[in-house]
Amino acid sequence: MYIELIVACIFVNNILLAQFLGNCPFLGTSKKMETALGMAMAVVFVLVLAGVMTWLIFNYLLLPNKLVFLRTIAFILVIASLVQFVEMFLKKSIPGLYAGLGIFLPLITTNCAVFGVTVLNIDKEFGFLQSLVASFAYAVGFGLALVLFAGLRERILLARVPKPLQDTSIALVTAGIISLSFYAFRGMV
Amino acid sequence: MAKSIATEFTKGLWKEVPPFRLVLGLCPVLGVTTSMKNGIGMGLATTFVLLCSNILVSLLRKVIPPKVRIACFIIIIATFVIVVEQVMAAFAYELFMSLGVFIPLIVVNCIVLGRAEAFASKNGVALSAADGLGMGIGFTVSLGLLGAVRELIGTGGLSGDVFGFLPYHLPSIFGAAFQPLEFAVQAPGAFVALGLLLCLMNLIPSK
Repeated sequence: MYIELIVACIFVNNILLAQFLGNCPFLGTSKKMETALGMAMAVVFVLVLAGVMTWLIFNYLLLPNKLVFLRTIAFILVIASLVQFVEMFLKKSIPGLYAGLGIFLPLITTNCAVFGVTVLNIDKEFGFLQSLVASFAYAVGFGLALVLFAGLRERILLARVPKPLQDTSIALVTAGIISLSFYAFRGMV
Repeated sequence: MAKSIATEFTKGLWKEVPPFRLVLGLCPVLGVTTSMKNGIGMGLATTFVLLCSNILVSLLRKVIPPKVRIACFIIIIATFVIVVEQVMAAFAYELFMSLGVFIPLIVVNCIVLGRAEAFASKNGVALSAADGLGMGIGFTVSLGLLGAVRELIGTGGLSGDVFGFLPYHLPSIFGAAFQPLEFAVQAPGAFVALGLLLCLMNLIPSK
């Protein structure tokens, strides 16, 4: 059951290519492999924490107090403060990782993949363990798609692209083709 | 160059039209444009949030301490997103369901936060309102256009309404022999359609 969930979240419902969440960093940080890896790692780290935290807050704070309509504002605050906290924690205790993630950590606050997954977990009425597993699998799917895409974009830089198609335009068409290959997983789960 | 309300309004319509020129806020652009109806609905919801948050941020720009401004902006934006969410759930339930997770996601839409940070926190109320409205309408038109293109290719015709009003119905415009290309309304088609629209826009010189 959990394996099914993991496969579904990584491939079938890939967060970037099938659900269209987190596309700004997808296009913004995919020009270089190095930045793509940094972003992918930062997302895995924060998304798992955020998934757990928001699940706890929703089910133990908002739901019993009938404050479900405050979900959006509560989640975004949790994510923003979580990112700040993680940043401070890493800076003190794991400086190596902190330096590696660099600018990508604060950027995650406005990464709709993180926010989107926390909302999806609630909408699908996942249990605690399911939320944890799904958050992790979605993040891995994000990283996988981002790294694949960055690799392709580095190659495209060397190709001669017609002028109007350059940069974002060709990147989007490329993303469409990657998305098509992920599309083949549909129907598996 | 003196800033006038008219220029701030019109720049959002063409020169800096959000999803194409600024390449921001792509998630809803790709996610909800499976039909013109969804595209326009999403665009209008975003316009409302953009306009209100721009006005409020501009009003409070001298009160908000610069150090925590981003957090303040996000809270202001989130408040209006909740308003939109509740109103749509009450009066446009069907649209609300088909837009799904993308309505709460307006809160992390880079365009809304970007305009608050780049424009409303530095300019007066009237200018900020014009900026927000212009950007919002530009965003709505872009989403509607992309949705229309995808719906036409994917299903052969256009039909729907705008928030329950203005119903439109355009059966097949390509003739009976046309086989709808389902690719266009599926996920991969979103990327390709947006990429090609961007390419078309690059072909038209901006002055």
